Amino acid sequence: MHQNLLKYKNYRYLKLTILLLISSVVLYLTHNEAQPPNGGTFQGYILGIISTFFILLLTYLGIRKRKYSSSIGTVEGWTSAHIYLGTSLLLIASLHAAFQIGWNIHTLAYFLMIAVVLSGFYGLFSYMHYPRVYSNNNTGGSQDEWLQEIAENDEIIKEKAGLCRGNIRLFILSALEHTSMSGKFHSQLRGKDSSTVKMQADSKKLISNKNQETVINVLSSAVSNSLNKEEAIALNSLLSLFSRRQRLLKIVRRNLQIKTYLKVWLLFHIPLTIALLAALIVHILVVFIYW
Amino acid sequence: MGQSYKVIIIGSGPAGLSAAAQAAQLDKKNASSSPTHLLLESFSQPAKTINQYQKGKHVMDEPSFLNLRSPMSFKAGKREAILGKWIDDIKQNNVNIQYDSEVISITGQHPDFRVTLKDGNSYSSENVILSIGFQGNPRKLGLLGDDESNFMRYTLEDPDEFDEKTVVVIGAGDAAIENALGLSGNNEIHIINRRNEFSRAKDGNLNAVLSAINNKNNDFYCHYNTNVKSIGLPDNKGNGTIILDTPEGDKTINCDCIIARLGAIAPRKFVESCGVNFPNNKPDSIPDLDNHYQSNVKGLYIIGALGGYPLIKQAMNQGHDVIEFIHGHEIKPADHPLLEQQFKLLPYVMDAQNILDLYQQKVPMFKRMNALAFRELIIESTIVIALDSLNHQEVQKTEDNARATGVDKLTKLIKAGDKLFSKGDYSNSFYTIVEGEVKLVVEKNKSFTLKSGQFFGEMSLLSGRPRTADAIASEDCILIETPRRIMIKLMNSNDEVADGINTVFIMRALQSAFKPNLSTKEMTTLASSIELVEFKASETLFNQGDNGDCLYLIRSGTVSLAQGSNENKRVTTQLQSGELVGQLALMGNPTRTHSAAAAVRVEALKITQQQFLTLIKSNTEQIKTLQSDLSLLLKKSHSMASVFEATQTTRFLLDQGLGEATNALVIDENLCVNCDNCEKACAETHNGISRLNREDGASFAGLHIPISCRHCEQPHCMKDCPADAIHRAESGEVFIDSSCIGCGNCETNCPYDVIKMSYDLPKKPSTLLWVLLGLGNGPGEDQNAKITAQAKDKGKKAVKCDACMEQKGGPACVRACPTGAAIRISPNEFAELVENR
Ligand SMILES: Cc1cc2nc3c(=O)[nH]c(=O)nc-3n(C[C@H](O)[C@H](O)[C@H](O)COP(=O)(O)OP(=O)(O)OC[C@H]3O[C@@H](n4cnc5c(N)ncnc54)[C@H](O)[C@@H]3O)c2cc1C
Ligand code: HEM
Ligand code: HEM
Ligand code: SF4
Ligand code: SF4
Repeated sequence: MHQNLLKYKNYRYLKLTILLLISSVVLYLTHNEAQPPNGGTFQGYILGIISTFFILLLTYLGIRKRKYSSSIGTVEGWTSAHIYLGTSLLLIASLHAAFQIGWNIHTLAYFLMIAVVLSGFYGLFSYMHYPRVYSNNNTGGSQDEWLQEIAENDEIIKEKAGLCRGNIRLFILSALEHTSMSGKFHSQLRGKDSSTVKMQADSKKLISNKNQETVINVLSSAVSNSLNKEEAIALNSLLSLFSRRQRLLKIVRRNLQIKTYLKVWLLFHIPLTIALLAALIVHILVVFIYW
Repeated sequence: MGQSYKVIIIGSGPAGLSAAAQAAQLDKKNASSSPTHLLLESFSQPAKTINQYQKGKHVMDEPSFLNLRSPMSFKAGKREAILGKWIDDIKQNNVNIQYDSEVISITGQHPDFRVTLKDGNSYSSENVILSIGFQGNPRKLGLLGDDESNFMRYTLEDPDEFDEKTVVVIGAGDAAIENALGLSGNNEIHIINRRNEFSRAKDGNLNAVLSAINNKNNDFYCHYNTNVKSIGLPDNKGNGTIILDTPEGDKTINCDCIIARLGAIAPRKFVESCGVNFPNNKPDSIPDLDNHYQSNVKGLYIIGALGGYPLIKQAMNQGHDVIEFIHGHEIKPADHPLLEQQFKLLPYVMDAQNILDLYQQKVPMFKRMNALAFRELIIESTIVIALDSLNHQEVQKTEDNARATGVDKLTKLIKAGDKLFSKGDYSNSFYTIVEGEVKLVVEKNKSFTLKSGQFFGEMSLLSGRPRTADAIASEDCILIETPRRIMIKLMNSNDEVADGINTVFIMRALQSAFKPNLSTKEMTTLASSIELVEFKASETLFNQGDNGDCLYLIRSGTVSLAQGSNENKRVTTQLQSGELVGQLALMGNPTRTHSAAAAVRVEALKITQQQFLTLIKSNTEQIKTLQSDLSLLLKKSHSMASVFEATQTTRFLLDQGLGEATNALVIDENLCVNCDNCEKACAETHNGISRLNREDGASFAGLHIPISCRHCEQPHCMKDCPADAIHRAESGEVFIDSSCIGCGNCETNCPYDVIKMSYDLPKKPSTLLWVLLGLGNGPGEDQNAKITAQAKDKGKKAVKCDACMEQKGGPACVRACPTGAAIRISPNEFAELVENR
């Protein structure tokens, strides 16, 4: 049955990681007076090699994830291991460095690693949290269905708008035209609605129609002073159509926002990984040359 | 009064053309002064069915193991090329063909038939060959001017022919909708629907047509509740009209073309009017024919699709052979060598035809089948022989030699004691024992032995569920292994075979459900008195509160049990084939405590109180088992009923077809991060085409059922595949092989919309090049891929999920999901899925 990636195979990789951490600490404690803890001791070397091996293994997830016919474990298993082993690096790499930090390339690699791990934590949090939010936001529907409904809704709005006096009609059409659904990346991320509307057909000025509120306000006040019965009926149904539209747009925008949340952290995680690999190579070269 | 002929051939499809060409050859050989044959065709050109394939369609020449035997040529290729060649061949061979000649009646008898055309002309003939295909003629409007013309059409071959035209499409079925949508965009479309909704359309088509109608930017109009009053053929300027009878009164539309898609009139009525008998009333029933394709009417022959042979090459071969028969030449059919191959490894020195006759006599159920049908059964089946290891070794050599010459069908050789199938296999072929014995092992110390003339494998055949026993062949045993498709076809056309299999099925099902201590005779009487009932999906078996006087033993499909009424309905349990429904009413409280409904199409045995008592009285031991099974069921269903959400989830899953699924993809929305890696994995492991659409598909309570194959117990898609290209693997996967001819029947028949017709996609640059140089679209299906001319030539083929049967490690979608959201479940995990939520 469905199993959360942390619980994968009954916490197989958590158990493995704990074992590893204990062994690393034991190994670290074997340092003695003669050889104080350092990356250059025998123990330091082992810990450094383990750390490097893990970093390569974790980076390999990006490849394994796309080796679709590979039957070496499942991507879920790899990701589960990724998370636990990645977290263990916090301790193992620190033990390797024997908690020495300074202004050098070694420490740069170390901090880059910390940054990758932290961004990984955030990613894990999103993976655990947002799917549920997304599912609740959609209540059984899907993004495509909402978009379709909006398109259909808009067609009816256009039809009904034809029954209203000229300036209201143009106002409504401009509200449709200037609705922004997705927008730029950062507004997607913030779930910002930058929809606008032209109050007067001839004016150039666009005023905010955030959340369709301006339209709904204008329409609700227009209902009470409509020209004739036909227009009153049309305005009334427009009001309900726009309320539905408001709701649908909210869902769609929120969907886009959540989908962005689920991806945006990788924009840090992956480049930081690349930087880490570069710093690590330098670190290793440096210690071999100057040591 | 017309001329008289030796043979009149009706219908110039591949079958009729080939027959006429062969007749023309014989005329030439016999140096007849005038043709002794006449080919009548209702259309203005030869081979209407092929003419109506979509433009540029690649026509296949399956089955590849069969050689063509006809003066007409036929090789796989483009529709246009084949039709062009046929027109040449007709001239070359001096075929006496007459177009625009629809035959409306055949009267008289051999050797003086009278064939009458629609225009009143008639001809007499000694023999008549009916080769009018299965397509039937399109239902016409029944108005003045409704004859097929450029203006008034009944099909749409090439939507591109229309540009900025006004087209009226009449009809509300899938064909009408697809034509209307195909033409929309460049043209003004009016679709005429007699009702107020499109109730007969598939979901996909329904949504598409509604959105086209609602889209006010489109010139796409629907006229509901509207009939056609009259049509005005185009005047000399080419302006035609149609007058509609709408709820708002008459309405005239000026149009360039009318396309009516009102379905077809099946040819059966016409065939029956000629005196030909059909074995039963089932829609796919095929007339009885003898070895020479002769029907029960002497001198009236039936060949091609109408005679049950759905492929072009078969139809053409029959055309050739039937003329030879009529001329008194006893030739061996083109597939005779196949028959010889089938029998090759058997220890007989006998002519294939004689072995065939012998086998038919050995199996009581087949004895009275007509010879042609039995012959087809054997050709489509495999003959299996089990030998002890010594003989096996020897015969193996012969086999190796034969295989080396590249034969397709050969006797199947196994070792005595080997399993024909194992418990749990999804194979569904049907076995008939000709010689020797087969042991069926249900459990470790429970087995029974079947002997010559008996058959087995009917359980999986009828229920679509895995095998319930191991089957072990004894020494020197000879068996006929028949594929499911052939057996189903046979059961539909032969009541005796259907009854024979049904009775045995019932006896064995009762045996395993009630373990009665009855004699074979008592069992047979009981079995033949039990009624086999059928329920359509969502039909009810009984309602809560009813007074129950019978129970049901499910033969195929899934039944859901529910408590409460409409809004408050709680689906508590689903039961599958082999399980009992409604036994409580006979074992205590006669008032039904649940309502039972068919989740998918269900077949069940209805067992009355009386019959039930007979069964259990004979073995009181079994009552205890039945009682404990029942209390387990009750416990389960009450605990389910107490969780309202779980009952709703069950209902949702059943609605999504999981009741008939053997392997379905289920995504947990609470884990899915929308990365679409599952879909990409599918495309990457299946020639670049994803067989799964993750985002589409229904969701409920955090469970999402994407558009993806369920690998149904009784796959709907297999039903009308003319090339027999859809199969079920032993491990359960339903897959399409390379013999697909792209007809699209499976796409129409799958209720879950999971099959798509697709061109081959070009090979993509590797993922590495994508990462480094940005070449290609990266992993996943390339929506903008350029279809190569070669792929276009090959044509669209049906593609669907094969559950990665050829991949190591199982389904790629599941293996690629980073979060564990995507899993595949089998029927016995269904309950767990619901309970765990
Ligand atoms: C979309 C599609 C794709 C297919 N693709 C392939 C493929 O790739 N390869 C393949 O092998 N098979 C294919 N088939 C199946 C193949 O078309 C048929 O098996 C074949 O056409 C049957 O030949 P026939 O001669 O029996 O009948 P038909 O080809 O149906 O011919 C019957 C003829 O009889 C005429 N007729 C009917 N009634 C009368 C009457 N009363 N009076 C006079 N004439 C009459 C009709 O106009 C027609 O010309 C396909 C079928 C379809 C629908
Ligand atoms: C093959 C793997 C590695 C080898 C051989 C290695 C080797 C060394 C050596 C010899 C030292 C001691 C340098 C000195 O005392 O000046 C050292 C220190 C250090 N290493 Fe590594 N290392 C490896 C991997 C790593 C990794 C993966 C990290 C973390 C990302 C890391 C971070 C550090 C840090 C922070 C120090 C301390 C630097 C300092 O003294 O200021 N090393 N390493
Ligand atoms: C030094 C340590 C780490 C490195 C080098 C690393 C590297 C990577 C790489 C290369 C990917 C592949 C991204 C892609 O191609 O889509 C990835 C994915 C991911 N990482 Fe890390 N990571 C590290 C630590 C962590 C940690 C500690 C966590 C969580 C606690 C984490 C969580 C994830 C997650 C959730 C994914 C996404 C998996 C997927 O969607 O397939 N990572 N990481
Ligand atoms: S293609 Fe459709 S009908 Fe065929 S097995 Fe899959 S879900 Fe069932
Ligand atoms: S791979 Fe898993 S997480 Fe990604 S979209 Fe598919 S089901 Fe969702």
